[in-house]
Amino acid sequence: MSMNQQGRPTGVKRSVTNSFEGASLLPLEPLLFEIGATDHTGVDLPDVELSSARLGAFTRQSPLDLPGLSEPEAMRHYVRLSRLNYSIDAGLYPLGSCTMKHNPRLNEKMARLPGFADVHPLQPISTVQGAIGVISELAEWLMVLTNTSAVAMSPKAGAHGELCGMMAIHAAHIANGEGHRTIVLVPESAHGTNPATAAFLGYKVKPIPAKADGTVDISAVEEALSSDVAAIMLTNPNTCGLFEPDVKKIADAVHKAGAYFYCDGANFNAIMGIARPGDLGIDAMHINLHKTFSTPHGGGGPGAGPVVLSKALAPFAPVPFVRQNSGKLELAEHAQGSKSLGRLTAFHGQMGMFTRALTYMLSHGGDGLAQAANDAVLNANYLKARLGAVFSMPFGEQHCMHEVLCDDDFLEGTGVTTLDFAKAMIDEGYHPMTMYFPLVVHGAMLIEPTESESLKALDAFAHTMLELAAAAKAGDTDRFTSAPHKAPMRRLDETGAARNPKLKWEKSR
Amino acid sequence: MRYLPHSDVDRAKMLKTIGVNSTQDLFDIIPPSLKVDKPLDLPAHSPEYAVEAHMQALASKNLTGSDGPFFVGAGAYRHHVPASVDHLIQRSEWLTAYTPYQPEISQGTLQMLFEFQTQVAHLTGMEVANASMYDGSTAAAEAILMARRITRRKKIIVSGGLHPQYRDVLRTYLKDDEGLVCRPSNPDGTAQIIGEVDELTAAIIVQTPDFYGHLHDINTLAEAAHEKGALLIVVVTEILALGIIEAPGALGADIVVGEGQSLGNPLGFGGPYVGLMATRQKFIRQIPGRLCGETVDAQGTRGFVLTLSTREQHIRREKATSNICTNAGLCALAFSIHLSLLGELGLKKLARINHANACKLADALAGIAGVSVINQTFFNEFTIRLNTEAQPVVQGLADKGILAGVPVSRLLPTEPEFNDLIVLAATELTSEEDIEALVSALREELS
Amino acid sequence: MNKIVYTEDHEYINAQGTTATIGISNYAQEQLGDIVYVELPAVGTSFKKGDEIAVVESVKAASEIYAPADFTVTEINPALEADPAQVNSDAMGAGWLMKGTLENASQLEELMDETAYATHIA
Repeated sequence: MSMNQQGRPTGVKRSVTNSFEGASLLPLEPLLFEIGATDHTGVDLPDVELSSARLGAFTRQSPLDLPGLSEPEAMRHYVRLSRLNYSIDAGLYPLGSCTMKHNPRLNEKMARLPGFADVHPLQPISTVQGAIGVISELAEWLMVLTNTSAVAMSPKAGAHGELCGMMAIHAAHIANGEGHRTIVLVPESAHGTNPATAAFLGYKVKPIPAKADGTVDISAVEEALSSDVAAIMLTNPNTCGLFEPDVKKIADAVHKAGAYFYCDGANFNAIMGIARPGDLGIDAMHINLHKTFSTPHGGGGPGAGPVVLSKALAPFAPVPFVRQNSGKLELAEHAQGSKSLGRLTAFHGQMGMFTRALTYMLSHGGDGLAQAANDAVLNANYLKARLGAVFSMPFGEQHCMHEVLCDDDFLEGTGVTTLDFAKAMIDEGYHPMTMYFPLVVHGAMLIEPTESESLKALDAFAHTMLELAAAAKAGDTDRFTSAPHKAPMRRLDETGAARNPKLKWEKSR
Repeated sequence: MRYLPHSDVDRAKMLKTIGVNSTQDLFDIIPPSLKVDKPLDLPAHSPEYAVEAHMQALASKNLTGSDGPFFVGAGAYRHHVPASVDHLIQRSEWLTAYTPYQPEISQGTLQMLFEFQTQVAHLTGMEVANASMYDGSTAAAEAILMARRITRRKKIIVSGGLHPQYRDVLRTYLKDDEGLVCRPSNPDGTAQIIGEVDELTAAIIVQTPDFYGHLHDINTLAEAAHEKGALLIVVVTEILALGIIEAPGALGADIVVGEGQSLGNPLGFGGPYVGLMATRQKFIRQIPGRLCGETVDAQGTRGFVLTLSTREQHIRREKATSNICTNAGLCALAFSIHLSLLGELGLKKLARINHANACKLADALAGIAGVSVINQTFFNEFTIRLNTEAQPVVQGLADKGILAGVPVSRLLPTEPEFNDLIVLAATELTSEEDIEALVSALREELS
Repeated sequence: MNKIVYTEDHEYINAQGTTATIGISNYAQEQLGDIVYVELPAVGTSFKKGDEIAVVESVKAASEIYAPADFTVTEINPALEADPAQVNSDAMGAGWLMKGTLENASQLEELMDETAYATHIA
């Protein structure tokens, strides 16, 4: 036999010792204010002579108390923090209604071209023809994909786009002498932003119930319509992951009543290149570039929410918008003298997101976008088929669109809630699906795999979900109720955080 | 197609599992008359190099900040961003994470937001800050709505020094609202609002340094507002200024909103940027947008969560404080990393360099016949008056490759009395050569 | 003599003559879970039956509280700002929300007594 002459230990000892500082590759990271110091800095800057005459009596006397980090300290701090995050690049991210698809890196490279990144929004128009060209090309793609005649590009995010669309509707009613219309119809399954937006504009929200099959009850819509109704806000495909089969009839009824149809385009990924919202009768629809067109979510933003508009609403679009003038591109930046609803933001919108979205569209082409929608719907229906025998699906008798909706019926009697189930998924290496939304389903689990997942990835996910369901039914309750066990953190005390809000670091602690 | 993993064999297998013949069957709920019946009039998919060439061609049509002398400001500023900032924000875990709704696997984003909130609070001299807004202009709109909720009053008085596009945004948000009183745009640096404050006033909103570059006496405005039970909202579009000029919070501001682009974020033709909002602790339940708070996990370890979310649209729906859903997460990260690299030491130095360069620029321009600097005070930006119409001069300089600031008429085309004004900014990237080039070209334009 | 009556929306009203204490029932606090904040009206405000008078918040929900009868607020529970958990620990006692003067005490007769409310929530 050969001998171990280096004194090197062999084999692995089992131990239950907890480390002092957290797991080896995931150490707990102190706050910036605990590792930095006000006399550290990660930039080299010259000292300058300064006369403060032109600062008047306004020079800073109060402390800044901002710690600095040298570059190596900064790299370590932000790399360590980053490793505490889940991300699409690291795993399937099945958040329903959020469309967590792959974010191509070509998008990032293009957005960083100096010709886009190092250009000021108020440079003379003659010096930014390429930048305005990006806005114009992207607008063209969006209008073709939706069969609409105008698009407002400046809204900063989906909710801002909703505000834009509803403001356009408001402006159109006023212009038509219909300012007395005060009611907006919103299905119960809608995103919370819909009623919030309508209420912001002073509208009264009237909820519309869903039918037993999860789609909007057209007779309830017809009944609710009157000369006081300004608009309906409908999501299609809806938040239950279903296409609204009566959408055109609803649109016709809404128009007949003199109201407008606002469509929440959060779920456009399911139908791009397959059906065009303009053909469905919409008057305004925002498009989340960070969902459908692959711009990064970035831990919660920035988004971008261009709004396509029907002919009826196009004159009310906000400034700025692009127009052609003898071969040159121009920006109309002022609303005076037009019907425009005004300006929704300084400058021209989320340009960095426009370059990324246009890059994505050019990469996919019209054919690829339709294929992406097909694959997104295929993937959701595949998961539905794989999970259907075990998971309870309230609207399971029909094909879903790009997301599949389950309720918590299959967990009945197990002592496991939807929240527990989601937290146990974390221990298996998955980000949970959207939970408790839409509100119309008890213990909702909304799963959206997107087109980015391979068959192998879907099979692995389905396998895990079925194993977890089996464990819940087998009474392995603790696996769920105290999960996650293997994440960087255990469950956090959200009640304590809300009762005693600590929103910034304090020196004394 | 490089972003779509399935082969046709995969697709066939999946369809079989589902029990349908083709993906068309999955869309059978859509009435045939509503489906696209022929391919859309769009280009077909393209290889990476072809897309790159297309985008490059567009990019090359733009004159960039590094192509020549550059003096454009007016709400967005050209600063140097350290290489490590852009490297870090492109890490997958930052770039491709969603909103941190699952705190156990989002502590990176959450801790960063907590640090960001603390940095913004310190910078503005306020007690608390939120986890960011879309940009400065929409943050200003949210601030006036917040002031109305707090005071239950309607009247908002807008200073004449507020960035004209910010003022337009406020007007759009409060369409037809008689409570919105906008003072005429005003290049002379006086706020002209104290006389307007009364018992019906919810807030006065003032920008410092203002659109024309003037610094304002925040303390006096705060006293005037508070005497009538109104709030003072201060807008800062060049956040770097707070490295050297007094924090609004130390002077009595109740809400401070700002554009954070100057730290960490490129000009990018106007977005995405990062809106800042800070206020007093007692108003936290009226703050719009996301807030991150400290707590502990089940084992007592410190951690962070999104908190006070009952203010937000996904819970309160039509009763929410705002319809805001996203923040500017990645831009807030870039801001926070840049500010960590600077630290107090670097921030003060950087602010001093900016001010010093602006002083040099102002002195050089003041020496040109037909040019006068209208500001007594400024930080890194000021306004000049020409003896002729400004817009053609700026265009003429642009044709020579010099981006000489923003003619006020671009933003206020209906106010001809401002047609001779240009707002110019200098930053740490402004060199002596840039200033010389501008001075000699401007002299030539004016002669 | 004190009389405690309940609404179908789980508010209770504990009245002595026209002086009333208003809160949410023990059942309601259980349903809401850990309460993190209570938003109360200004003293002196008058409400009609059915008006929104307060909001009780848990981490993931905000529930409006409605006036069980016409009344004017004379006092709000000062302890709840610092310790909203009192609504959980003692909803019918220390976790009261507000006191007020009833405009029309006969309105209480439309509400449920202890026994009827127990049936209502069963």
